[in-house]
Amino acid sequence: MNYGFANIYWRDMIRFFRFRTMVLSSLLQPALWLAFFGIAMSSSFDSLLGNVPVPPGIHPVGYLTFMAAGIIAMTTLFTSLFGGMIILFDKNWGLMREIMASPMPRNHMIIGIGLSGMTKSYIQAFIIMGFGILIGAGFFTGFDPVRIVLSILGILAFVGVFSLAFLFLSAGIAITLETPEGMQGVMTLLTMPIFFASNALYPLDAFPEFLKIISFYNPMTLLVDGIRYFAIGPDFVALGKYYHYTPGDIILAFSGLVIFAAIMFLFARWRFRTAVVT
Amino acid sequence: MSECMTAAVPDKPNPEMIIQVKELEHSYGDFKAVDGISFSVKKGEIFSFLGPNGAGKSTAINVLITLLSLQKGSATIAGFDVRRDAQKVRESIGIVFQDITLDRDMTVWEILEFHGKLYSMPFAVRRARIDELLQLVELESKRDTRTKYLSGGMKRRLEIARGLMTRPKVLFLDEPTIGLDPQTRMRMWEYIKGVNNEGTTIFLTTHYMDEADHLSDRISIIDQGRIIISGTSWELKNTLGRDNIYLETSDNAAALSLLEELPSVNGITQKARGFIVRINKDGTRLLPVIMEMLREKGISISTANLKKPSMDDVFVYYTGKEIRDEPAGKMITRDMQPRGR
Repeated sequence: MNYGFANIYWRDMIRFFRFRTMVLSSLLQPALWLAFFGIAMSSSFDSLLGNVPVPPGIHPVGYLTFMAAGIIAMTTLFTSLFGGMIILFDKNWGLMREIMASPMPRNHMIIGIGLSGMTKSYIQAFIIMGFGILIGAGFFTGFDPVRIVLSILGILAFVGVFSLAFLFLSAGIAITLETPEGMQGVMTLLTMPIFFASNALYPLDAFPEFLKIISFYNPMTLLVDGIRYFAIGPDFVALGKYYHYTPGDIILAFSGLVIFAAIMFLFARWRFRTAVVT
Repeated sequence: MSECMTAAVPDKPNPEMIIQVKELEHSYGDFKAVDGISFSVKKGEIFSFLGPNGAGKSTAINVLITLLSLQKGSATIAGFDVRRDAQKVRESIGIVFQDITLDRDMTVWEILEFHGKLYSMPFAVRRARIDELLQLVELESKRDTRTKYLSGGMKRRLEIARGLMTRPKVLFLDEPTIGLDPQTRMRMWEYIKGVNNEGTTIFLTTHYMDEADHLSDRISIIDQGRIIISGTSWELKNTLGRDNIYLETSDNAAALSLLEELPSVNGITQKARGFIVRINKDGTRLLPVIMEMLREKGISISTANLKKPSMDDVFVYYTGKEIRDEPAGKMITRDMQPRGR
């Protein structure tokens, strides 16, 4: 058994924590989103929609709670998509040659980078959950401690698979690109539709039909559904819309993410196998 | 000695030869960077590729270390086929790359630890080896220093240590002393010689004449993707037939007229107390003949000096060009060219 991926993981974590600005910005960025965008949007939305009648027995949640789940997803998306950048730097600084010329199977490189990116996403998810609850997001309200623990595990499972998928994608793209600018361009191109054609910040119902279809299959939507299910509950009302998730929905969403991640892994594996680094 | 000159590559794997390359070719699109080279390296020797920038040295090395695919020809390292047994080849070699490939934010110890793990070295072996190597390259005191705080020479030493982590059968050094000051280069040569004395075969590329000359057991001059000539530095110099013999005798005029008649003498220049004979043969063999000849005629020799051509002379003779040492200039041009050519 080769533990090469653990070695890649170890190295990437060392670099992450030594690069102070990187740690700091990755922690601050989601908090700032929540603090500014979240509070601003929620105060206007809640004043607009505050008097929409809520069906009896269903618990209404404020916009902050609704979008905090979306911010976890958004942060995971950004962090993971840009996670492949490290490969580009390794390549351009010549560091990649040591790894490529070693007997370690290239799959381990992909998995190692994936796991370290996942760890970063986990750290961020905890920050957002903690900070969100602090400023008034109604996460885990009325849950008993066991359910809170299970819910957090559920969120981590969703965030984990999703981040792996996008790290594989990002790594697969980065290994053959030449410049950080090119990488930046491709990533921006990808983030826009994935982020905005999803239910991260608003419900999908009002979308035009074609956008609705895209959004429905968007991995981002699957992730947000999962996070909301675990953080808020299977039944709630937000923005005047009634949300109801059955366990079946959630299992389906999770399976969708797993399949997506598997495909992305195959993509990355193919790119790494054919990559020439000198 | 003379069999080295032909650099013949036998068809069957020869256990004496740790690297055997036959008709190796590598192209980038239409550009043939390596154009059918054949050579072999004996176990335990230091073998150099000497050539100008862009000669195909790095491409050849990159094919041998499995970073580039083997397009045409064949190559075996430590008995393993570079194409079929790439994995085994990787396990048998150590590499010091052309430019510094150290993570700036990792410590000296972490660099070696990472490398050991990359090659699946067991914990105890790895840790013992790191201690041993840090001592060898005199970096013990820098163990926990991040590599960005190391001097150029220290970085290179660390890279050599890294290349030796796995006790490779062959250590590849791609331009090991590029950009280092003369003193540091001399020390690097000492380290390289020391490593070689412990039994590691060394394959190095360089565009420094003196480096190839001082360090190598055998040299191949490579230019425009082809090997122009191979041999020991002594043999290469002899092939030029441009040795100079300086003599002071009891009767210079008589000696002069005698020597002028020899077919192996190209010309004679008179000096204050003696004269220089330019010959077209290996001076080490001709000098005793001349001395014998003069003695027979009753001329006694008071001073004799043989000057071989320098490696620069050899290089200019075979490639028709000079290599200028421009480490700074080279750094700039590297960015403009595709990597590793």
